[in-house]
Amino acid sequence: MSEALSTALALLIGLDSKLVEIVLLSLRVSLSAVAIAALLGLPLGAAIAVGRFPGRQTVIVLLNALMGLPPVVVGLLVYLLLSRAGPLGALGILFTPSAMVAAQTILILPIIAALSRQAIEDAWREYEEQLRSLGAGRMNAALTLLWDTRFSLLTTILAGFGRAAAEVGAVMIVGGNIDGVTRVMTTTIALETSKGDLPLALGLGMILIAIVIAVNAAAYLTKELAQRRYG
Amino acid sequence: MLVLIAALPAVAQDKYIIVASTTSTEQSGLFGHILPVFQKKTGIRVRVVALGTGQALDLARRGDADVVFVHARSAEEKFLAEGHGVRRFDVMYNDFVLIGPKSDPARISGGKDILEELKKIKAASAPFVSRGDKSGTHIAELDLWKAAGIDIATEKGPWYRDTGQGMGPALNTAAAMNAYILSDRGTWISFKNRGELAIAVEGDKRLFNQYGVMLVNSAKHPNVRKELGQAFVDWLISPEGQNTIGEYKIGGDQLFFPNAK
Amino acid sequence: MSNGAILPLRLAEVSFAAGGRTIIDRVSLEIETGPSTIILGANGAGKSVLMRLMHGLLKPSSGRIDWNAPERLGVPRKQAMVFQRPVMLRRSAYANVAYALKLARIPEPQRGVLVHESLESVGLSHLARRSARVLSGGEQQRLALARAWALHPEVLFLDEPTASLDPSATREIESVIKAFDAAGTKVVMATHNLGQARRLGDEILFFDRGRLVERASVGEFFSKPQSAQAAAFIKGELPWV
Repeated sequence: MSEALSTALALLIGLDSKLVEIVLLSLRVSLSAVAIAALLGLPLGAAIAVGRFPGRQTVIVLLNALMGLPPVVVGLLVYLLLSRAGPLGALGILFTPSAMVAAQTILILPIIAALSRQAIEDAWREYEEQLRSLGAGRMNAALTLLWDTRFSLLTTILAGFGRAAAEVGAVMIVGGNIDGVTRVMTTTIALETSKGDLPLALGLGMILIAIVIAVNAAAYLTKELAQRRYG
Repeated sequence: MLVLIAALPAVAQDKYIIVASTTSTEQSGLFGHILPVFQKKTGIRVRVVALGTGQALDLARRGDADVVFVHARSAEEKFLAEGHGVRRFDVMYNDFVLIGPKSDPARISGGKDILEELKKIKAASAPFVSRGDKSGTHIAELDLWKAAGIDIATEKGPWYRDTGQGMGPALNTAAAMNAYILSDRGTWISFKNRGELAIAVEGDKRLFNQYGVMLVNSAKHPNVRKELGQAFVDWLISPEGQNTIGEYKIGGDQLFFPNAK
Repeated sequence: MSNGAILPLRLAEVSFAAGGRTIIDRVSLEIETGPSTIILGANGAGKSVLMRLMHGLLKPSSGRIDWNAPERLGVPRKQAMVFQRPVMLRRSAYANVAYALKLARIPEPQRGVLVHESLESVGLSHLARRSARVLSGGEQQRLALARAWALHPEVLFLDEPTASLDPSATREIESVIKAFDAAGTKVVMATHNLGQARRLGDEILFFDRGRLVERASVGEFFSKPQSAQAAAFIKGELPWV
């Protein structure tokens, strides 16, 4: 075990090129996914937060429930969609990073929408009277609140990124863990562990944990700074 | 949204094929050795999706692979009969080995008759790990129990552990449990987490494991990269491809024995 | 501002019920230009609900509320409201006032002058760039007044604006309100504070349990209350300075 640990550290310090390639791909996939999910999820959360429509409560419950979508189930569903035998097979993106981005986007979209919905609805409760008094309609209010809760929303986005970067079930199925093409940190850890070959797995594991810690620290600091500066 | 995603830069605009193969083949390191040679010669990148044999064939049945390269003759013949493959070629064989704990509770170490040794394992109720995942190795294991006259499905006891895992994880489990397990030699040689395990039985002809390659039928699956896939199949059974396979060694040991006709 | 004065405001037999309780009970009154109007009453008399009904945040359960000129979409509101607790956006003081102007579709080049005037009138010019939510309670309430007044509304509703503030902040707010009143804005303020009512009001509308019980000028109300409830109220409340 300690031999594996020291080999892992050597790989990290030496910036082994395979390691770097894997880490960069992981970041590229998860960052793309979180960007798209934020673009879609934040306005969706805001709309539900300030909107009034029949079935609103059901939508909220559903959205909250979807936060717990198992990644492997998402992977399976996206695979069936993107398979040549499936409806979107003609796109030809199965077993490419694009498919992985798609799967992770679907995975974290409910998280971003549900959490932003909560944050904005809390803010709406505080601001509603005042905003309506000033003559803001629902659309205006939603946009204003999206900006006003930006720090909470940043935390939400970081949460989404953390979830995406750490999952293996979805990217394994839709990416195929192809060497040099769709192999990311989590799938490599799974592969190397199953081979009983620990140094690379450990090295990547340490990087992954470091990323998760960094993301959480960033979220915490953001809230602290915002609180102090803006109140 | 999907248009957005599909527009993300593809990994490379070059020629490539998708080959569905097995986890044990990939983990043996064979592809790392032979694919660069093929790519250098033809400029075609081979992307290997490694699954269990059953899953690999199912993948191809859905048209998601261009070539299948697995080692379960009966399953491959069925695949051909269904019209999903064009033609099957023998490529190479490797062998299975029966791995077991050094303490050898079933007293089979060094044995030469795999069927006899399996009977002894059952008689001793010695712990035995099965892959249980429709893989080539799993199918081979089941065939051996059958040949030994044991209906393992009904006759198994708590000593028989059906794990549903790939070769590596199953070996991990066997190492942790000090159990017997059937493994392909390639995975065993590269497996580092051996614990108290060692080879118990090897060399019996019934442990030989034949690999076959098939181009997926473009008549059924129009998107198959027919020419590129055929180039790979041709290369595998060509003298050059066969030599390259034979040259692959781990620690001085040859793993795969080319036998294309 | 544009034509179409929105005053007088008429309430006809307005009731408001919620949760099975009647909070406002068949109130009829008229709010005219001119004298600053105090909505006076004990806690629970229905003052806050009445203010929100008049401002349009709540709809009456029965009865009618009519302005002289109807509210039109796309035209800046001619009435504004300041609440007991100021609610500010996570922006600078300047930006909060500018936000109100933006909602009213005042073109960007014109906003700067109006914002500075408003902040000046409440004595907050030096805090224009400060983050609004870190200002003190009194400063935030002054900012709320500046924001409400930036559009020079015809009517300014105030719902117990100093109830959460300390005496010196209260004094500052009162002087701003007096200045707006002097500048011609109709002030309609709810309070339970007798001293404040005397200091700021010209006329009193006294409410008890959701009903309009008495209406009189400030002098008459305090010297000769006509109703038993009003008399009891005056005697019971301690006069705050």
